[in-house]
Amino acid sequence: MDALMNPVLKLLIEGGHLTTAQMAQVAGIPEAEVAGHLEQLKKDGVFLGWRPVLDLSRESAAAVRAVIEVKITPERGGGFNRLADRLSRFDEVESCYLMSGSYDLLIFVTGPSLQKVAGFVSEKLSTLEGVLSTSTHFMLRSYKEGSFLIGGPAQEVDRLKVSP
Amino acid sequence: MKRFIARHVASLPKSGIRDFFEIVSKMKDVISLGIGEPDFDTPWHIRESAIYALEKGKTHYTSNLGLLELRRAISEYVEQHYAVTYRPDDEILVTVGVSEAIDLALRALINPGDKVLYHQPCYVSYHPSVALAHGVGIAVPTRADDGFALNAADLQRAWQPGCKVLMINLPCNPTGGTCDRARLAEIARFAVEKDLIVLSDEIYSELVYDHAHTSITAFPGMRERTIFLHGFSKAFAMTGFRIGYACGPAELIDAMMKVHQYSMLCAPILSQEAAIEALRHGADGVKTMRDQYHRRRDLVVSRLNAAGLACRPPGGAFYVFPSVASTGLGERDFAYGLLEAQKVAVVPGTAFGENGRGFVRASFATGYDQLVEACDRIERFVNTATPCSAPSSS
Repeated sequence: MDALMNPVLKLLIEGGHLTTAQMAQVAGIPEAEVAGHLEQLKKDGVFLGWRPVLDLSRESAAAVRAVIEVKITPERGGGFNRLADRLSRFDEVESCYLMSGSYDLLIFVTGPSLQKVAGFVSEKLSTLEGVLSTSTHFMLRSYKEGSFLIGGPAQEVDRLKVSP
Repeated sequence: MKRFIARHVASLPKSGIRDFFEIVSKMKDVISLGIGEPDFDTPWHIRESAIYALEKGKTHYTSNLGLLELRRAISEYVEQHYAVTYRPDDEILVTVGVSEAIDLALRALINPGDKVLYHQPCYVSYHPSVALAHGVGIAVPTRADDGFALNAADLQRAWQPGCKVLMINLPCNPTGGTCDRARLAEIARFAVEKDLIVLSDEIYSELVYDHAHTSITAFPGMRERTIFLHGFSKAFAMTGFRIGYACGPAELIDAMMKVHQYSMLCAPILSQEAAIEALRHGADGVKTMRDQYHRRRDLVVSRLNAAGLACRPPGGAFYVFPSVASTGLGERDFAYGLLEAQKVAVVPGTAFGENGRGFVRASFATGYDQLVEACDRIERFVNTATPCSAPSSS
């Protein structure tokens, strides 16, 4: 099935907070079929898994995040893939993308403190063979995370309760 | 003070929704399926364009007809989607929602005593708007077993000498009823034969689920006798912007504009600016919202039927209009009982006219999880319904 036409995938993108039972009702299919769709999406590598969306810039989260631009040397045969894959395996790395433009990889890193993240960059990342340079930017504040707005006043639903 | 109030205003009944609203608004934790507007906020790019317009000092009156740029955008949009061309210069009038456009059209057309045909159940303002224009409303019934579609034979039966205007609203609030091309063609022929002006309120026309929407304006002989009414509230989720428009023959638009210029002057400029953005760049947002309404419709229709409340899938808009006959309750007792027992608000069908007797309107402009929960509660209520009496109507 075309992944874009998958009703379960549509519901995941639209809301994401429905239970499989609710998804079954909305999509008008048995719950087992929803589970089957989810399974297939996982097999296809489209649906990778569930993660909570957290505002890590909160003090209570005690987390430091950084974005690192990395220049690397491409290899004959594999291009950037081997090194990108190797970098991605570090637990500190949340996301890793190959980019067009003035650097090659964009890496999102999270750690419990500034020192830990700095240590990861200086000791692990930069010392890898093939890594030419890094440029690290620490995140100061989040305004939007995984489609959720952060920090503004809470959105009140102020529709009239009954209207024509 | 009552003696000071004009007779035709004093004799208007209060909206049937009003007393129900008073009760619901005092209750906590109600899931309301009684809301006649989208649950989506206006897409951000549209809101942002209004903010930008404000920053740029767009705080003045516009032409009575509305900003020319907006009328041009409307002209293109209507041509593209409804296959009818209107000149931006003198055939399009920007109004404060379709509600104002209906009022203007009726005031511009109706001499005291002129008769206006409209299908019922219908939007709450139709009959009062006719009465306020000193016209006489004639309700034409639409029926559940016919999908609440309008039928030329029923129109023929209801027609009387002195009928001047036919008001149609397809897709319809509250029933979601639509008409296919064949029926519309018959209605168009009827309008031509009886020399009627048609006010076609197509506010829900982007929100159709089974067939492409066709405007009656596009049928032979209709452009010169139709005032096409549309707006931004539903498809673009812009209810609070209060912005709509009327398209029609220049002489009719000019007559409406006369009333508009002395009563309203112009629609708010910020809303007009936002409307331009909606027409130019809003198509993706409309599609996203329509897709969600479509899935919600299917969910609610199947759940309500399973619960024993017969309802057909509405062809458009975001309402289902199920019969509550199987419960043995009248529509008011059902609505009040459901509210009291399960804290779900639906609107008694009689709020939309006498032909809504035995039905309730449930809006599916609400998130999936709320809809699922509301359907669960309705099912519980239907299974345990014991007739309890609603407060007597005032």
